[in-house]
Amino acid sequence: MSNFFISIDPLSFLADPLSHEFMRRALMVSALVGAVCGLLSCYMTLKGWALMGDAVSHAVMPGVVVAYALGLPFSIGAFVFGVGSVALIGFVKQKSRIKEDTVIGLVFTGFFALGLVLVSKIKSNIDLMHILFGSPLGTSQSDVNQTLIISFIVVMILLVFGKDLMLYCFDPTHARSIGINTGLLHYLLLSVLSLTAVVGLQTVGIILVVAMLITPGATAYLLTDRFDRMTILAVLSSVISSILGVYISYWSDIETGGSIVLVQTFIFLIAFLFAPRYGILKNQSKIS
Amino acid sequence: MIIKNNSTGPYRIEADQVCVDYNGTVALYDASLKVKPGSICGLVGMNGAGKSTFFKALMGFVRPSRGKIKINGVPVSKAQGDQAVAYVPQSEGIDCSFPVSVWDVVMMGLYGSMNFLRIPRESDRRAVWHALERVDLIDLRKRPIGTLSGGQRKRTFLARAIAQRASVLLLDEPFSGVDVPTEKLMSELFLQFRQEGRTILISTHDLSHVRDFCDLVVLINKTVLAYGETSEVFTSENLNMTFGGLPPDPLFGSTSLDKDNFSNE
Repeated sequence: MSNFFISIDPLSFLADPLSHEFMRRALMVSALVGAVCGLLSCYMTLKGWALMGDAVSHAVMPGVVVAYALGLPFSIGAFVFGVGSVALIGFVKQKSRIKEDTVIGLVFTGFFALGLVLVSKIKSNIDLMHILFGSPLGTSQSDVNQTLIISFIVVMILLVFGKDLMLYCFDPTHARSIGINTGLLHYLLLSVLSLTAVVGLQTVGIILVVAMLITPGATAYLLTDRFDRMTILAVLSSVISSILGVYISYWSDIETGGSIVLVQTFIFLIAFLFAPRYGILKNQSKIS
Repeated sequence: MIIKNNSTGPYRIEADQVCVDYNGTVALYDASLKVKPGSICGLVGMNGAGKSTFFKALMGFVRPSRGKIKINGVPVSKAQGDQAVAYVPQSEGIDCSFPVSVWDVVMMGLYGSMNFLRIPRESDRRAVWHALERVDLIDLRKRPIGTLSGGQRKRTFLARAIAQRASVLLLDEPFSGVDVPTEKLMSELFLQFRQEGRTILISTHDLSHVRDFCDLVVLINKTVLAYGETSEVFTSENLNMTFGGLPPDPLFGSTSLDKDNFSNE
């Protein structure tokens, strides 16, 4: 295992896993989730919603558990709790003197704890480890269907409202002054975030899903000054990370979610060092 | 230059006894104002005097608890839909590292009149080009806004208001952080706007620029203290009221807070 990179030729590295049904499924779902998360990550990083992404992805936990217990699709439970947590954050912030980041941390850990307690109390066949750390290699056909449906909805919303959401992130005051309903856009983006958190937790789990929601966007942001290129680069890096992560996980028998996120982090590091305009090595050569 | 809603009603802005309060704290009371088309009007007051509240009310962001506001003779929400009001932000209020080009920003002025997918038409592209020409930024149209100077950025947002064909322009501290060429270009633009029948409302505490640029002045401190021709309204007594008893400069009506702005006089 220590020298598997050398012992396997590239063709079989790529082709062998495809002979397994579960691997084909895992690769497809991971690539799709990567694409959706990558697209959304542009809006998250530009809006400055990294903490919000972390909060929502943790807060969907009790929703997933309750939905399982009631036999509903877990996206519905996640959606209700994701949007609910944000509404609660807004309410507590408005009605108390506590600062926003404190409120966010407070609410999402509360929800997450509720989820943990529910998992231990409600009799179900949910594997806590799968929710926390994801299990793309154990994806069922119904998971695939659900991921397809949610991804379709999210991508459609982001395509139709993409320009408006971009304007909302950039200059909400102008958006409002020309009659665009920014309140609607705010909740639309939150809804999309909740839905995406659900698909994301399947591949990398609740704890790491926030990486899927910000790292590709951050990487792309270092590489370009144009929003359209940023979305393309984010989706590209995210999909490549997902596929590569699954392959590495297969061949070296390591945890898949961690593997995907590590590849993402590695790509970010490369951009951080070598990005043509914003990489730190570029900056240094300018100075010297 | 076509301006939307050019001839509805004799006034661009009509505020009638407007009161705004935030959870019981009064920010503005009994503010009344009528501004005709083709005016350059300075909105002068201290920080917290209600300037930004007044702007927010004109843009429909806060609902007056009492009183009425009309833009071009119609309610604010209708005026928003008509693209009649443009807000030119302070540079500090904008995320300058956002990955958009000058062209993209000016195009945003036209989103409100596009279909819901915001796909630009040929006429939209022409409008953006024309607006960029007027602010002398056509050569920089592909530049990311992060690479612009403060003055160039200000001109970008002015171009957005031009492209929007707004008849009422709300400018927030337009002279802060602006270089000399931009200031010269802005003064020419303002005169053109006036001729085109647009009304410009400039929120500032910079009195020297008000004297140079504005035909009309509104002095504001929780309410409209005085309103009229700049020469008539700029009395030391009025300014004293506006700035809450701070001693005004006997020559120019400056308060001790604004001395720096008078270095050129």
